[in-house]
Amino acid sequence: MMVQTSGQKILINDQKTAVPLIAFKDINKIYGEGEARVHALNAINLNIYTGEFVAIMGPSGSGKSTAMNIIGCLDSPTSGVYEFEGIEVGNLNRYQRALLRRNYLGFVFQGYNLLARTSALENVELPLIYKGIARDERRQRALEALDKMGLKGREEHTPSQLSGGQQQRVAIARAIVTRPNVILADEPTGNLDTERSKEIMEILKKLNEDDGITILMVTHEPELAVYANRHIDFRDGIIESDSQCKREG
Amino acid sequence: MFFETLRLAIQAIISNTMRSFLTVLGVIIGVAAVISMVTVGQGSTDQVEANVASLGTNLLMISSGRGGGPNSAGGGGTSFKLKDVDAIEDQIAKIQSAAPSSSSQVQVIFGNNNYSSSIVGTDNRYFIVRDWDLSSGREFYESEIRSGTSVCLLGQTIREELFGSGNPLGETIRLKNASCKIIGVLEEKGASSFGNDQDNVILMPIKAFHRRIAGNQDVTMIYATVRDGISTDKAKTEIENLLRERRRITTDEEDDFDVRDMKQMATMMTSVTGVLTGLLSSVAAVSLLVGGIGIMNIMLVSVTERTREIGIRLAVGASEQQVLMQFLVEAVVLSIIGGVLGIVLGLLLAYAGSIWLSIPFSPSLSIILYAFLFSAVVGIVFGYFPARRAARLNPIDALRYQ
Repeated sequence: MMVQTSGQKILINDQKTAVPLIAFKDINKIYGEGEARVHALNAINLNIYTGEFVAIMGPSGSGKSTAMNIIGCLDSPTSGVYEFEGIEVGNLNRYQRALLRRNYLGFVFQGYNLLARTSALENVELPLIYKGIARDERRQRALEALDKMGLKGREEHTPSQLSGGQQQRVAIARAIVTRPNVILADEPTGNLDTERSKEIMEILKKLNEDDGITILMVTHEPELAVYANRHIDFRDGIIESDSQCKREG
Repeated sequence: MFFETLRLAIQAIISNTMRSFLTVLGVIIGVAAVISMVTVGQGSTDQVEANVASLGTNLLMISSGRGGGPNSAGGGGTSFKLKDVDAIEDQIAKIQSAAPSSSSQVQVIFGNNNYSSSIVGTDNRYFIVRDWDLSSGREFYESEIRSGTSVCLLGQTIREELFGSGNPLGETIRLKNASCKIIGVLEEKGASSFGNDQDNVILMPIKAFHRRIAGNQDVTMIYATVRDGISTDKAKTEIENLLRERRRITTDEEDDFDVRDMKQMATMMTSVTGVLTGLLSSVAAVSLLVGGIGIMNIMLVSVTERTREIGIRLAVGASEQQVLMQFLVEAVVLSIIGGVLGIVLGLLLAYAGSIWLSIPFSPSLSIILYAFLFSAVVGIVFGYFPARRAARLNPIDALRYQ
């Protein structure tokens, strides 16, 4: 399988001939008009397969977060085709895209994005409410997810009563409680110190290895990228390099 | 799913106590202001209508000369005579009873006390047409009316002024140059709708009045009551025709008398209180607007936080409809809580006001509904539309909203 990137040809994963989980075909994203026009993504082609742990890196403004948001159906491309499991997302209506987020994707944000003044348990239950899961099962699954994140005993704490690392673990619990195929983590450790960052990375790695969840993580810290098995570097709206690598540790 | 939405909405209301409280407060102020003001306005209208009704709604007041209030002697036209009164009563079947009335303001003296009062010459039909009972003593005897014996009945005000707690029956008072023996006391009637004291009155047989007070045979005013179930308008027309004939007024001349219908008076008074109610209502409308602006402010100020909240909800898989339904339910719940509290508070204020102003407490269901609906609409519009705008953004724009 060949991927064309900025003049380089890189061979990736040639055993996988199945439909990619995520496929970008000539994706462009342009913000603003006239003088303020920014070409955030410039004809990006990218395939991501089930089970990968992808670290997306690059300096600020390189387009990495934009790519992430388009993958997460939080944003739409200006042009190009985005396929999720072979389905063209551009053809889906708003409701179908909500279903895609609800059933296949889990988000972890740099700023945690938990509901303020709402308990950890209620935050984790939220996606299950929208999924229409009955109350008892919902509670059960939310408690399990929190337990898995090492937050037993903190269920009734509101975000302001939790540390940054704990808040991010609540957010991860919220992301995995729906048993998604993909977790999209946009600088998940951006607000955390080294120790907490390692904790979060270990959790993501475990989810990838044990539960087979595909993980896409945006980061600009190279030392965290070592947890991933594929590195994609963005620069000025194009993919500068895309490499498989052995995981360390 | 509805219960889940309701649960989400209630959870959001509880976790944002201050915002919810301020929104509810806006609704309470608006609804309570409108209900209390309009209810007080309605109460004073009812009060005036009750005053007019105390004169009798089937009462016609016939005075000579055009214009002038019901208590003025009228002027210009020739006064009526006692025969006119009898003619109205006898010849118009629609009239139940008619009573003559001539009055004069005189100084009344008893012992060392004296007081200015209105002395009215009339007969026993006066008690019927004015719907006025005695608190003690008796009405005139036929013989006293026929011969014009100098006997009289006192209103409560003049009785109080001259006799205090003493018994006036059998005493003799002096009016102008005449003296007069008291045979009865009238019940209290209260102030008229024009504010004059109806109880400052002395009644005596009209012939005695003519001879001893007025020195003429004039009847300045005729009170007539229309039989039950008969239109006062029709009776009025018949009286006008009869009097025109008796007074030989040709077809091209105008009436030189005036027949006044209590319904006309009621209409006049109601228009006065209507102005009052209108004034109170506009104050109330301003309160409602202020309450509405309060709600609007809370909603707009919280839009940043709420837009981010909507972004989070969309990111974790909520559909636009689920988010909107939650916000709608939230706005409805807050509006209902505020509306119910506002109705209770408004009615309490109106009740206190009605006691303080001694007017009837007359809550109106339609005003309660209007005030409630207005606040609900404001609450829902300002709760729902910012949310709708936010829910239609790209989720990432909602999440990053500053």
